[in-house]
Amino acid sequence: MVPLNYYLVLSAIIFAIGVTGVIIRRNIIVILMSIELMLNAVNLTFIAFSRSLGSMDGQVIVFFVMTVAAAEAVVGLAIIISVFRHRQTLDPREMQLLKW
Amino acid sequence: MILFLILAGLSIVFSLLVVFQRNVIYSAMALVATLFLIAVLFLTLEAAMVGILQILVYAGAIMVLFLFVIMLLNPGLLEGRSIAWWIFGSLAAVLLLFVLVPFLSDSGRLLPGQAPAGGSFGSPESLAQSLFTDFVLPFEIASVLLLVAIIGAVVLAKREV
Repeated sequence: MVPLNYYLVLSAIIFAIGVTGVIIRRNIIVILMSIELMLNAVNLTFIAFSRSLGSMDGQVIVFFVMTVAAAEAVVGLAIIISVFRHRQTLDPREMQLLKW
Repeated sequence: MILFLILAGLSIVFSLLVVFQRNVIYSAMALVATLFLIAVLFLTLEAAMVGILQILVYAGAIMVLFLFVIMLLNPGLLEGRSIAWWIFGSLAAVLLLFVLVPFLSDSGRLLPGQAPAGGSFGSPESLAQSLFTDFVLPFEIASVLLLVAIIGAVVLAKREV
C-alpha cells in the first residue's frame, strides 16, 4: 500500500505548481486554470485523508468543492468575456481601472 | 506503489506543462490530462464515485467551457515571458514547498496508515447516505450557489443593457 504521506506530498507539489502559474502567467485564462489545479490538489488531500481515516466526510466535501469550482469557473469566464469585450485583452496588467 | 509513482510523475509533468506552456490551448489540454490522472488517483484511493464525477464535471464540463472561451476570444499571439518574474514565481513556489512538505510528511505519520476499507466505501450509496443525512443543508446551499452562478454568468456575458 502507498503511505498517506506520499499523497500529501504529491498534492503539495501540484498546489505549488498552481501557485507558480498564478504568479508568473500573464494570461487570465491560464490563471483560472492554475486555480483549478490548486483546487484539485486540495481535493486529492481530502480524498487521501478520507481513505486513511475510513470516513466518507472527505469525499462529500470534495463533492462540494467541485460544485464551487464549477460555479467559480462559470462566473470567472463570464467576467473574462465581458472584460475582453471592453479592453480587447487577456492580460491582467491591462485591467487596472480600479487601481489608484 | 508502482502505479502510484507512475501516476504521480505524470501528473506533476502535465501540471508543469499547464504552467510553462506558452500556448493557451496546449495548457488546457495538459490540464485535461492532469485532471484525468488525478481522477485515476481518486480511483486508487477507493473513491470511485468522486473519481467518475471528477472526469464528468472537471474534464468534461469545465474544460469544455474553458476551451469554448479560448476559441471564442482567440487570444492569437503568444504571451511574452519576463525571465525575472518567472524566476521569482518559481522561487516562491519552491519556498512554499519547503514549508509544506516537511509539515505534511510529519503529519501523515501521526495517522494510522491505511484503514481497511469496507465493501461499500466510496460507492454512490455511501456518498449519498452522508450527503443526504449529515450534509443536507450544505447540499441545498450548493444548489442555491449554482443558481446564483447561472444567473451571474448570463448577466455578465450579456451585451450591454
